[in-house]
Amino acid sequence: MHYTFALAGNQNSGKTTLFNQLTGSSQHVGNWPGVTVEKKTGAMLHHHHGQQTHLGLPRRFRRAHESGQAVPDKYSDVTIVDLPGIYSLSPYSMEEIVSRNFIVQEKPDVVINIVDATNLERNLYLTLQLLQLGRPVVVALNMMDEVRSHGDAIDLAAMEKGLGVPVVAIGARRGEGLDELVRRAMDAAENRRTPPKLDICGGAAHKALHAIQHLVEQPAQAHGMTSRYAATKLFEGDAPMMEELDLSEDTRHIIEEILSAMEREVGMERAAVMADTRYRFIEKLLSTCYTRAQEDGDTLTDRLDRVLTHPVLAIPVFLLMMLLVFYITFGPFGTWLADGFAALVQRGVDALGAALAGWGVAGWVRSLLVDGALTGVGSVLSFLPTILLLFLLLSILEDSGYMARAAFLMDQPLRRLGLNGRAFIPMMMGFGCTVPAVMSARSMNNRRDRRFTILLTPFMSCGAKVPIYALFTRAFFDGHQVLVMSAFYLTGVAVSVIVGLILKRTAFHGDAAPFIMELPAYRLPAPRNVARQLWDKASDFLKRAFTVIFLATLVVWFLQHFTFTLAPAPDMAHSMLGVIAGAIAPVFAPAGFGTVEASTAVLTGVMAKESVVSTLSVLAGVDPDSAQMVAALRAVFPTALQAVSFLTFVLLYMPCVAAYAAMRREMESGRLATLAVAGQTLLAWCAATLVFQVGRLLGLG
Amino acid sequence: MDTRTLADLKPGESGVVATVGGEDALHRHLLDMGITPGVTVLLQKTAPMGDPVEIHLRGYALTLRLDDARKITLR
Repeated sequence: MHYTFALAGNQNSGKTTLFNQLTGSSQHVGNWPGVTVEKKTGAMLHHHHGQQTHLGLPRRFRRAHESGQAVPDKYSDVTIVDLPGIYSLSPYSMEEIVSRNFIVQEKPDVVINIVDATNLERNLYLTLQLLQLGRPVVVALNMMDEVRSHGDAIDLAAMEKGLGVPVVAIGARRGEGLDELVRRAMDAAENRRTPPKLDICGGAAHKALHAIQHLVEQPAQAHGMTSRYAATKLFEGDAPMMEELDLSEDTRHIIEEILSAMEREVGMERAAVMADTRYRFIEKLLSTCYTRAQEDGDTLTDRLDRVLTHPVLAIPVFLLMMLLVFYITFGPFGTWLADGFAALVQRGVDALGAALAGWGVAGWVRSLLVDGALTGVGSVLSFLPTILLLFLLLSILEDSGYMARAAFLMDQPLRRLGLNGRAFIPMMMGFGCTVPAVMSARSMNNRRDRRFTILLTPFMSCGAKVPIYALFTRAFFDGHQVLVMSAFYLTGVAVSVIVGLILKRTAFHGDAAPFIMELPAYRLPAPRNVARQLWDKASDFLKRAFTVIFLATLVVWFLQHFTFTLAPAPDMAHSMLGVIAGAIAPVFAPAGFGTVEASTAVLTGVMAKESVVSTLSVLAGVDPDSAQMVAALRAVFPTALQAVSFLTFVLLYMPCVAAYAAMRREMESGRLATLAVAGQTLLAWCAATLVFQVGRLLGLG
Repeated sequence: MDTRTLADLKPGESGVVATVGGEDALHRHLLDMGITPGVTVLLQKTAPMGDPVEIHLRGYALTLRLDDARKITLR
């Protein structure tokens, strides 16, 4: 038997942690059909039920286990679907619509509702809505250890009685209680334990709800949903539900009458009545099952926020924190890590080259493999530590709850750009890699805000450009690396501000979506989650290194070594690449780098920014880390001004193809994404030309 | 007479919500987050640049802008 469990819960409830615990590394990430909401599915791990066979489960469960065959026992066939983190099932955000449609239409066997036990009142609001969808529900109370450490207590039996569904205490981070959770979920799935009807309201609201329920009994059933759910949504004034049920004019009219009468009687508007009803029910439920120790005034979060969101200290602390992230990543520690790894990679490449020579492999094949492919991929690989380090720090900030504070602090300035504080997270991520940054813009449910943020994100200098700065600053500004690099990062930010201000008054005229965001309690990031995210980043980067970038280096090598007649090129200038780049080069002359080498690097940089350095090194025929590289670079860029102009162009021009692909997807418009990258490239050319020409006038040339 | 709103609270002050305004999505979102008539809300603090504000209600912390806080009247 195959089962599907859907995982639903608020943001910050530990849903991702639970999902990772249940599925291990088996997850598959994609998009919901038609919309850009992330869809994560995974097969449930075996070991979560392996132990249960010893806990006296019915024999039919045990048989497969004891038979010792390779056949997976019946539990192994569970697919877990991670629904987006949501607070409600309203029709106003894509995440919420996707979630309710999935549960109603795909009919998962069980909905596991993960609930933050330290924040029950608001978390149970979603629970009450999930209970109406007609699927079996199991409530997983997460972070029970924190509740206990406050001295509070939750009576699980009383809560089960109040909600009518199983309630299991878990500690997702440490994997506590998961076996019990799985056991209860399996039981609910096998016996199709749909939740009993809960009467949460009384008085006029109750009467109105029942009247509507009777009216829509038939159409609701015809659409595969419970009449209670349909009636509740209509009660709340949910327009999509009205459309979906395709009600007659008469019925709509009667429903409107019922609701208007109810509103007059209660003295509150309909959506408010329903929200109020749910919260009242929760308050009453909690009074029967939640025992609070006497008020413990100061939580850790209160104490931390006294500094981290302090009226005066907050901004300096925030800037210091960002500086620290950069210092760790690009300062002595990061450099040491990157250099060590680079040396290791180089040793590997050398050893392979020697081995190939030893095996008597033909010279041109050796050149292709060692000079083309391995050197290119090797130079890219050596930046893996830097990128991972940056992502490690960013994901710690994210998981600890600090990123939400950063959004709180940065809302005001971002609002001047017509954005909100939430845009800060994609922008910050943009310093790591534009691809996940663009994807993280999904958390903004307003399309205008999302597109606007995505447009500005590539100006945040991505991690793949670090090697370019590193190489150039070493060659031209030795001893001032950190200063010069920071200047480029700040230039990117400044350009995004200017572009933002212009676009706000033109293409993106209009209001930003409201900024209403939970400030979650600070928590130590779960090592498993951080490791998971790092692994995802690393494998994604490696995949790109060995596919796109590997291919790019091979293509570059081929274009560089052959002429258009496919004869071996006598030198670079006569090769295909040389001819193409030579044709483009004059375009860059006003910017001061109208050389074949520079334009070749710009071209390959479109494939991946890492290729800029590898191209320059392959073209010069020297190792990117060697002293000769510096000399080679000075041959291409005779003055520091030309180098700065080139770096300005590289900083601002179109992001790599992978980022462009992500932009197309997330902006939901290929035209807009193409326009965006074309505009960025034009802007980059103008900026580089400005730098070079002004610099020359000032006599810096 | 001016109605007092959530935006009129000073840091450290609390108030009881009377009505929740805002159009469609905003209105519904405020309600979903627990800002319902009758709930007690504490204005914890203002962001360093004066906006948005941090409020505490129903045992958790929420941030919203003054513009939206003005749409929530107090008793």
